[in-house]
Amino acid sequence: MPHRRVWQEAFGATLPVMFGYLPLGAAFGILAIEVGVPVWGALLMSLVIYAGAGQFLAVALLGAGAGLAEVAVATLMLNSRHLFYGLSLLKRFEGAGWRKPYLIFALTDETYSLLTGQAGEARQDHALAFRVSLLNQAWWVLGSLAGALAGATLTFDSRGIEFALTALFIVLTLEQARRLRRALPFVIALATGLGALALLPERHLLLGAIGAASLVLLAHYRSVTPRREGTA
Amino acid sequence: MSLVALLTFIGVCALATFATRVLPFVALSRHADHPLILHLGRYLPPAVMMILVIYALRDFRPLAEGRLNVAADGWPMLIAALTVVGLHLWRRHALLSIIGGTGLYMAMIQVGWMP
Repeated sequence: MPHRRVWQEAFGATLPVMFGYLPLGAAFGILAIEVGVPVWGALLMSLVIYAGAGQFLAVALLGAGAGLAEVAVATLMLNSRHLFYGLSLLKRFEGAGWRKPYLIFALTDETYSLLTGQAGEARQDHALAFRVSLLNQAWWVLGSLAGALAGATLTFDSRGIEFALTALFIVLTLEQARRLRRALPFVIALATGLGALALLPERHLLLGAIGAASLVLLAHYRSVTPRREGTA
Repeated sequence: MSLVALLTFIGVCALATFATRVLPFVALSRHADHPLILHLGRYLPPAVMMILVIYALRDFRPLAEGRLNVAADGWPMLIAALTVVGLHLWRRHALLSIIGGTGLYMAMIQVGWMP
């Protein structure tokens, strides 16, 4: 596929993320300036940390004058759900060559969703995955910069536009269901998701639910493998 | 805050974030073909997606604590979410579903409409 076509396909796939990342990035930029981070600092954070919730947490900790050890532990805890993302992408990123380090670095919730959803998963298209990851970060960096520079002087009333990310997750769930045609992962997700919602404080919700879902899938794997070997 | 302190702070955040992303690739790179990894690769993404939907809609909690208390944007959120589902089942056009639902949500939030 010619480069332009790949870029076009990547751009189209990341559009919903753009609608979410520009305003969220701007919100981060505004917040960072309020806490006293210089514009270049906010920009640098979006370039080298690149984690939505992680950066909001970082700014809050910075404002509270937290110590470095605290910061490291809090960041590790908050982002530990990414461990499970990597587990399910080991195969997908195989043979990605020089693109692989960046693909791993740029693995946010939204990029993971796109890469495991529509964007060329079947054909292990690393060129497309790389562009999708790069564009997603570009939206995030642009949003942060705009927020840091313009502060609260946005003229467009964009309240509510962050729902684009929710809508994206819904669409990708429907697409996954359509492709997989098995209820199992969705039943597990409903149980662990609603269970975590009922039992865990908000900051542990995602990790708790995703961790529990992984454990249930592990148990399920254990329960089906002996039978497979028996019939083989 | 001094320049060095800020750079150190950003560096620690960046390393901690990257560590969580790279660890599986470093620790398990030789096992990419293991049936368990393939099993997780097949079923974990749809489960995570569904969990992200639940997480994104967490502010809608009818009957929490025994009464009808939903967050300020609870109902618009649920209505917009159902609109996305409806649009997507009908036309199966990702961008249309996303723009339709988001536009409706923004309209409801900005007008301040609440059932």
